[in-house]
Amino acid sequence: MSAASEAATSAPPATSATRVVPKPVPKPTPDTAPYWEGTARGELRIQRCNSCERAYFYPRPYCPHCSSDDVSWTTATGRGRLHTYLISHRPAPGFGDQVPYAIAVVELEEGPRMMANIVGVENTPEALMLDMPLEVTFEERGDQSVPVFRPAAGSAS
Amino acid sequence: MTAIVGAAETERIGIVPDISALEMHAESARLAVADAGLKMSDVDGVAAAGLSPIAMAHYLGIAPTYVDATAVGGCSFLVHVRHAAAAITAGLAEVVLITHGESGRSRTGAPPRAPDPASPQGQFEAPYGTLGPPTMFPMGVLRYMKELGLTHEQLASVPVAQRRWSANVPRAMFRDLITVDDVLASRMIAYPMHLLECCLVTDGGGALVVTSAERAKALPGPKPPVYVLGTGEAAETPMVSMMEDFTTSKAFRLSSARAFAEAGIGPADVDHLMIYDAFAHLPIYGLEDLGFVGRGEAGAFIAEGNTSPGGRLPMNTNGGGLSYTHTGMYGMFLVQEAVRQLRGEAAAQVPDVNVSLAQGVGGMFMAAGTLVLGSAAAAGA
Ligand SMILES: [Zn+2]
Repeated sequence: MSAASEAATSAPPATSATRVVPKPVPKPTPDTAPYWEGTARGELRIQRCNSCERAYFYPRPYCPHCSSDDVSWTTATGRGRLHTYLISHRPAPGFGDQVPYAIAVVELEEGPRMMANIVGVENTPEALMLDMPLEVTFEERGDQSVPVFRPAAGSAS
Repeated sequence: MTAIVGAAETERIGIVPDISALEMHAESARLAVADAGLKMSDVDGVAAAGLSPIAMAHYLGIAPTYVDATAVGGCSFLVHVRHAAAAITAGLAEVVLITHGESGRSRTGAPPRAPDPASPQGQFEAPYGTLGPPTMFPMGVLRYMKELGLTHEQLASVPVAQRRWSANVPRAMFRDLITVDDVLASRMIAYPMHLLECCLVTDGGGALVVTSAERAKALPGPKPPVYVLGTGEAAETPMVSMMEDFTTSKAFRLSSARAFAEAGIGPADVDHLMIYDAFAHLPIYGLEDLGFVGRGEAGAFIAEGNTSPGGRLPMNTNGGGLSYTHTGMYGMFLVQEAVRQLRGEAAAQVPDVNVSLAQGVGGMFMAAGTLVLGSAAAAGA
């Protein structure tokens, strides 16, 4: 294909300059504040419904399964599995020196899934096997701490 | 019953930096109203996404008494047709004008894209380096491959099949025939998606005019009405990471089931199919979620040529978002091609199309809209 037609596609050229900018910093809201207070203490907090007993993510004050408002915060084990991912070759703000990097969805031991990055392992199709066991760790991000995942200690990599 | 009586795209699509998004709404609106054999003063209802329908109406000198600003991503226009059909049937409006215009590539007069760090996406996705649809939409593909056995070669056969159509479509941006090897050799954008498995980013617009079947039959226009046989809409999640099942779209399933039921038909009755292909995996999900093939069968179905010219289920006959055009909210072009095929005026015309189905998606499997459209024969009109 021609350079002109390539330029017409949805991706910017791989050569686009990467400025030194910070990674995006999440901004907590009242309904999510306990989650971010947890990450700051090295805890991954999720919510559990006291009516139907199911755990859920992302934070909100009502159970998405049964609409109950009788819900509690709980600290997750931090263990999970790599449910699915892609490997982005586009430098998002703050990710310029990491390209290509995986954007993943992790299924927590408690059931809910969440987006995350995978650290402590090469972000390649060969190294990232679906369903591989993972554990949470935290990455400082501005005034927040963002949960990311690494291969679980003691698991074959 | 209601009918689409006017349909038009902007004269130019592709790379059009000298026309603003609002102008594209207006240009296609004027062409569609003329196509219907109507005057702008006949329009009493408006719908638009991307820009405000009020901005569009005022630009065109319309003071509408029915306004639909439903904005659920690229399928908004299919949903607008659904709402217009209901409104016309209920007597809320007589002639509804639905417009799209987007300077997706050139960004001329386009609204800014500003992620809010306090939104759910800003808190729970953007921190992980998402940057536009290629870094989100294909999130489920590897899971689908593992669970259902799709191969990289089958995935690559989707753009290959659609180039066989766009090769015969002069307005398409990409028209050269390609092979599976060409696709797999193209630059990696977001593994497992290569450049040629990702949609175009273009400029363009389109508009539709919907009215009652009775009024449609009385119009002086030379074009046959395209009847709205069944419609559906659904929404699942604002965040791709929260999809209930990464191997299927809940919104596709819910929306299409409503449309099939309303039309009183099933997949076997569809002569021509449009499935929103922002990325190569969408037609695969769509074929299965709409019931055209069984689970895990869509990749082989496309690779074997069943959706290509001469195949038994002609799909994305304009070349799709992968080859024809993709302004950002591509759904308008699904409906335009379905109308052309039913009127017998498509560039790559399929013989004997009486029932066409258009399946739209909004966001990253966020929402869906479905239209089952038919000829007078199919409508019994
Ligand atoms: Zn509950």
